[in-house]
Amino acid sequence: MSNKTKPFQDKKHVDTLAKAIKALVSRPLKLMEVCGTHTMAIFRHGIRSLLPDGLELVSGPGCPVCVTSQDDLDRIMKLASVKEVVIATFGDLIRVPGSSGTLAQARAQGANVEIVYSPADALGLAKKMPQKQVVFLAVGFETTAPTVAATIMQAKAMDIENFSVYSCHKLMPPALDALFQDEDLGIDGLLCPGHVSSIIGSVAYEPLCKKYKMPCVIAGFEPVDILLGIYHLLLQIKDSSPQVVNAYQRAVPYNGNPNALSVMMQVFCEKDAIWRGLGKIEKSGLGIKDAFGHFDAGKRFPFSVLSRPEPKGCLCGDIIRARANPPDCPLFATKCTPVTPIGPCMVSSEGTCSAYYRYGRHENR
Amino acid sequence: MFIKEKERMCLAVPMEVLEIKGKEGDFLDPHRAVVKAQGTKVEVRLDIVDRPPEKGDYVIVHAGFAIHTLSKQEAKKSLELFEDMVKNV
Repeated sequence: MSNKTKPFQDKKHVDTLAKAIKALVSRPLKLMEVCGTHTMAIFRHGIRSLLPDGLELVSGPGCPVCVTSQDDLDRIMKLASVKEVVIATFGDLIRVPGSSGTLAQARAQGANVEIVYSPADALGLAKKMPQKQVVFLAVGFETTAPTVAATIMQAKAMDIENFSVYSCHKLMPPALDALFQDEDLGIDGLLCPGHVSSIIGSVAYEPLCKKYKMPCVIAGFEPVDILLGIYHLLLQIKDSSPQVVNAYQRAVPYNGNPNALSVMMQVFCEKDAIWRGLGKIEKSGLGIKDAFGHFDAGKRFPFSVLSRPEPKGCLCGDIIRARANPPDCPLFATKCTPVTPIGPCMVSSEGTCSAYYRYGRHENR
Repeated sequence: MFIKEKERMCLAVPMEVLEIKGKEGDFLDPHRAVVKAQGTKVEVRLDIVDRPPEKGDYVIVHAGFAIHTLSKQEAKKSLELFEDMVKNV
């Protein structure tokens, strides 16, 4: 497999691109990456060390755990407290603090919390434990939602009664639209997410690019991929010709993945959603359609929670909106660390604070 | 440090399809592919893939489901396009 990734990690290509990027930066510029996996890859590959002064990379609202609202986290904690409920979740979510602690703490006190790699594994748990109610916590964007939709369709076809899904799914284009409406954002170009784009296609960014005259480049996750993406953004900025460029053709077709979108929209419908840092955004979330309402954990366990504020002093909201960098936060690397996280950006492996803590703490930028 | 590889949301490397199992639309025996992943074999579901892969194709996988298929020829072509993009810098 190593030879498959080689051209995307080629040092010669890296050097060429780094030089070309330097030549294109003549004034301070700010680019945003909106995919948590990009955030991680940029740190892991040391991309920042290759960029000239004046070129800043900031992270957007692309870490699914980080944008999950405090209300949703508190509802999840209530679900975990129900005796017959088994929570099935991706690993990232179990250490995110709600107002009354984390799922990991709840598990230590006797709650049933299982980490799964795939929603299909959560359905497998339900089959294995007919006397329990398995609730899958569905966080993620357009890439994850179709996998959950396919699992719900399977649960219905197999008549699995004790399985349900708590949907916190969110959609990327409406969030970007809401973000770009902020005139103080000061973003010069957008590095579009890789695998969300595999599903929604490069076509999905055309309206945003046109409306906000925003250069958009879809990039992969290897060092050459990311540098090529940055290079194409800088070219567009220099020529003042905003357009959507697909520099990740091996994974992203123009029209995306119509099959996945169709599966997703058979099960889910658009609904308003609350994003940490961005607030309520119209039609930016996915709720489960009535035809599959039996599998909606929100209906099966209709808890209400008191809205509580996000943790005091935590700048996750501002970091998600690119208004602050982790070192600007008074809690960063003091009270808030990966061992004792206060905000979600420090918990998720894709969170900006977690990436800064692990890789970027000693960089000046 | 604290995060295991499998907990990451996206695995970016295409995986080679070794075998096809199950039937399309059959939830008791779902359509799936056995793929080679970091030295081991894993099964991934094909419910939401853009085009059903054949043995020898490559798939990009997310949360246990293939989301995109690349034939060997397509992989080669996209590699050439990529090299062209870099050469034109």
